[in-house]
Amino acid sequence: MKIAVTSQGKTLDSQLDPRFGRAAYILVIDTVTLEFEVIDNADNKNAFKGAGIQAAARISDSGAEVLLTGFCGPNAFETLDAAGVKVVNDQTGKIIDVVQKFKQGGAVYAESANKDGHW
Amino acid sequence: MIISIASGKGGTGKTTVATNLALAVKQGVQLFDCDVEEPNVHLFLHPEITRTEPVNAPVPKIDLEKCTFCKKCMDICQFNALAVLKKDVLVFENLCHSCGGCFEICPENAVIEKDRSLGVIEHGSVKGISFIHGKLSVGQVMVPPIIKKVRSYTDPDMITIIDAPPGTSCPVIAAMKKTDFILLVTEPTPFGFHDLKLAVETVRVLNIPCGLVINRVGIGNDEVNQYARKENIPILMEIPFDKKIAQIYSRGEMIIEKLPEYKEKFEALFKKIVQMIEKNRENNGEEK
Repeated sequence: MKIAVTSQGKTLDSQLDPRFGRAAYILVIDTVTLEFEVIDNADNKNAFKGAGIQAAARISDSGAEVLLTGFCGPNAFETLDAAGVKVVNDQTGKIIDVVQKFKQGGAVYAESANKDGHW
Repeated sequence: MIISIASGKGGTGKTTVATNLALAVKQGVQLFDCDVEEPNVHLFLHPEITRTEPVNAPVPKIDLEKCTFCKKCMDICQFNALAVLKKDVLVFENLCHSCGGCFEICPENAVIEKDRSLGVIEHGSVKGISFIHGKLSVGQVMVPPIIKKVRSYTDPDMITIIDAPPGTSCPVIAAMKKTDFILLVTEPTPFGFHDLKLAVETVRVLNIPCGLVINRVGIGNDEVNQYARKENIPILMEIPFDKKIAQIYSRGEMIIEKLPEYKEKFEALFKKIVQMIEKNRENNGEEK
């Protein structure tokens, strides 16, 4: 299974980026082989509005089935939900640790956004 | 002849100046309250509203039968209002600025125009003044289309006075551009001065003649006066920081109706503005 993780850097040793739409990078990781693809989110990071929507559309394209992140706003959540991507919020720490923990099972999938929209 | 009353800083006295000036002009005057996020002219003049008109803007609706999910609409959208997924397209209406890009670019004609309500404008009249104001609906953020709708009723044979919103962003530009004169209302405080400079920079870009009303004279310092001299902006009127004026305002009354000396002052202000507009027209005529 492929999962997407918001990341401050481009390797599995990077720290998770708690922001979803404005994360520096999004790593799309194969949970079996740990091979991964790096999505550079730089143009989204500086978007005036709607960063989460665009990031969500990219994750939908990447084929990831699950997103691990810190905070996910209402528009992003709506988009991910429509794309059938499950969201696990409140994640922190090194990417590799977060992925290993996810693989052990028991992840709690969000039923709604855990952050208000930006105005 | 169109006169826009603007300020930079909020709460400097735009509405006080706009309403009293409109009353001083007496006849053949239109007063447009273009501070559509929080219009307040009606609280002072109590116009009788005779007609209400909706203001709409187009937003996209996607025909999923025709859509090939090519993402051209999503790519052209500068406001991230569209999300094209594998089998669905989401539209975030509140982010849409109704630029029309997605309608134009769709090769399949799958983007359909749908109306979204932004607010209303209301027509009325009071004391010989023809009055219109705009009201943005709660939850909406797109202001300029409402201001444009109000201004579409400009009568070239009348004196049009616009009460502009504060600030220097898109709504203010919509209330200032293509006017004959911008009357800037400020107060002699550091905040008033700071925002006045931003407002003057905006007016300079629009290249429209301007003059200054300084309200609450007696507080703060004389930085505003020094700046006006340096920038060659005429001070057309000064309103003192006076308890009587504050009381009249608090009761929602008109200064020129309660303090007769202000009738002459506002009439003189209007005359000076007309002279500056005519002089500017002559100068432009000579250049041509």
